[in-house]
Amino acid sequence: MSMSEPTNSAALAESILYLEGVSVSFDGFKALNSLNLIIRRGEMRAIIGPNGAGKTTMMDIVTGKTRPDTGRVLFGEDVDLTHLDEADIANLGIGRKFQKPTVFESLTVFENLYLSLKSDRSIRETLFARLRGEQNDRIDATLKTIRLTERRDDLAGDLSHGQKQWLEIGMLLAQEPELMLLDEPVAGMSDAETEQTAILLEEISKDRSLVVVEHDMEFVRDLDCVVSVLHEGSVIAEGSMDSVQVDPRVIEVYLGR
Amino acid sequence: MGPISRRLFALESRKGWAAIAVLMVVGLFVVPFLNLAVPEGSFFHISTFWVATLGKYLCFAILALALDLIWGYAGILSLGHGAFFGLGGYAMGMYMMRQIGDRSVYGNPDLPDFMVFLNWDSLPWYWFGFDQFWFAALMVVLVPGLLAFVFGWLAFRSRITGVYFSIISQAMVFAFMLAFFRNEMGFGGNNGLTDFKDILGFDLSRDTTKIGLYVVSAIALVLVYLICRAVVSSKLGRLLIAVRDAESRVRFLGYSVTNAKLFVFTLSAMLAGIAGALYVPQVGIINPGEFSPAKSIEMAIWVAVGGRGTLFGAIVGAFTVNGARTYFTGAAPEIWLFFLGALFILVTLVMPKGLVGVYRSIRSGEMRDAILRRIRRVDV
Repeated sequence: MSMSEPTNSAALAESILYLEGVSVSFDGFKALNSLNLIIRRGEMRAIIGPNGAGKTTMMDIVTGKTRPDTGRVLFGEDVDLTHLDEADIANLGIGRKFQKPTVFESLTVFENLYLSLKSDRSIRETLFARLRGEQNDRIDATLKTIRLTERRDDLAGDLSHGQKQWLEIGMLLAQEPELMLLDEPVAGMSDAETEQTAILLEEISKDRSLVVVEHDMEFVRDLDCVVSVLHEGSVIAEGSMDSVQVDPRVIEVYLGR
Repeated sequence: MGPISRRLFALESRKGWAAIAVLMVVGLFVVPFLNLAVPEGSFFHISTFWVATLGKYLCFAILALALDLIWGYAGILSLGHGAFFGLGGYAMGMYMMRQIGDRSVYGNPDLPDFMVFLNWDSLPWYWFGFDQFWFAALMVVLVPGLLAFVFGWLAFRSRITGVYFSIISQAMVFAFMLAFFRNEMGFGGNNGLTDFKDILGFDLSRDTTKIGLYVVSAIALVLVYLICRAVVSSKLGRLLIAVRDAESRVRFLGYSVTNAKLFVFTLSAMLAGIAGALYVPQVGIINPGEFSPAKSIEMAIWVAVGGRGTLFGAIVGAFTVNGARTYFTGAAPEIWLFFLGALFILVTLVMPKGLVGVYRSIRSGEMRDAILRRIRRVDV
């Protein structure tokens, strides 16, 4: 089957994320198998695939949690991510939302956003930092976007599951990343919340590139973007939701042989 | 008000400042007054023994604050803080040892007695400078700080957290105890440093010196409290709580968890060193017993009893547990350790937020509701 050529320099020039021949194995299990993936600047991309297809591992590699055995991972045209740690990569402009919503439970919603807000991350600056007026405004704007204005001063631990997911998306927004990686953003959400999240992500994707890993097919369809199907650590199909759904390999993977 | 005084004022609520003011008046004026001005036979007289005992508690309270800063906020449970306390104490002990001069038993003006006893003919290099107070005072914070920095850098960089960190910190303090027991180390071995005569020219055997040391300790406690309060109420303080709650999330926000922990751990060690330096002139001795693992564990109990993550609770806990110890070692020394063990179990099971937590839930009425619920067996 045909795949986009990884060494295509034109593709590299307009990409924000470029993975070429990335492999990693854990105890002999090949989690990623020569994975090629190109995300264009400003694009929203959905990634689907059965359990164990390597979706989360792919995010771990991009965000510096896991080092690949082989392969290239480039951010923009020339920043090699494979030698940087999580904090460096975050500061370059890559934000990540975890599968299980991870917020700081004993801090308030406001404080969660305040820590996330783009700023100098050094210890000195953090120790002497004062909340500025425009930062306050940015937090209020973010609260409005994620629909948590009313919960501003409540502890994050007291939020509902869906609200925690939104808060985490809000924390990502506050970081002002160029690229956002979202791991199952609607897991555990009600239908109404899921719908609202799809609208929220479309809003967000206007200013930045987005990679969404999701199991919920209805939700992926709502996102209305290019879908990459991962299986056993590599991409087996790419295209619109309608086109990948009729791809015989995808059907085989999902229905079993 | 200038910007600095405004920031200082904002560290505490109005009530907090009122409490600090009342405690300072009691600590700094009432106690010395009842000791010095009220005649000895009077009911209101506080003996010098009690002033000195309170002085020791003040040092323990500083130590407890240092531990609460890292455990209560950043979630780093150090079971080796006795190492920093002890090193601060040794630095001050070395200064007072050098002040003895030729008034020692052997009368050697250049060497402390234990070195004469070991037939050493000159002072080891690491004793140089300790005849100067400013140098010793510097070492009181620098040595524990440096140790914490190196130890913390190795541990935090390798992402050693939780119980693993507690165990290696315990191993560290144990190693210090074994090392300082050895005579060849040059710190007086088993006996440690003692027989001090004076500090900055003040005779240590005089009551006024003892009260002076008590007052200095009280002032130090207030200053250390304000330093800790400034750290935890800053944005960095929020970051430390974030590290405690979800360490890896903090990394993905772009902060260096290693640096944040290293900063607060080093600061905590320096404060513990100050506590040790104030403690040693008041008890008149420093020996390797301060490095015993049991003592470091007990420090964690003070903080747990008072309520961690509140700062004020650490002070309450240090006074409560040490007050109980003073009482038991007089009244029934054989049951003290059982009491301490029982106390720790009780706190862990029944009041995980410590005495401060109990007080808060009484104030907010939660406690009454819980009791009422139990009595009526219905939901209130």
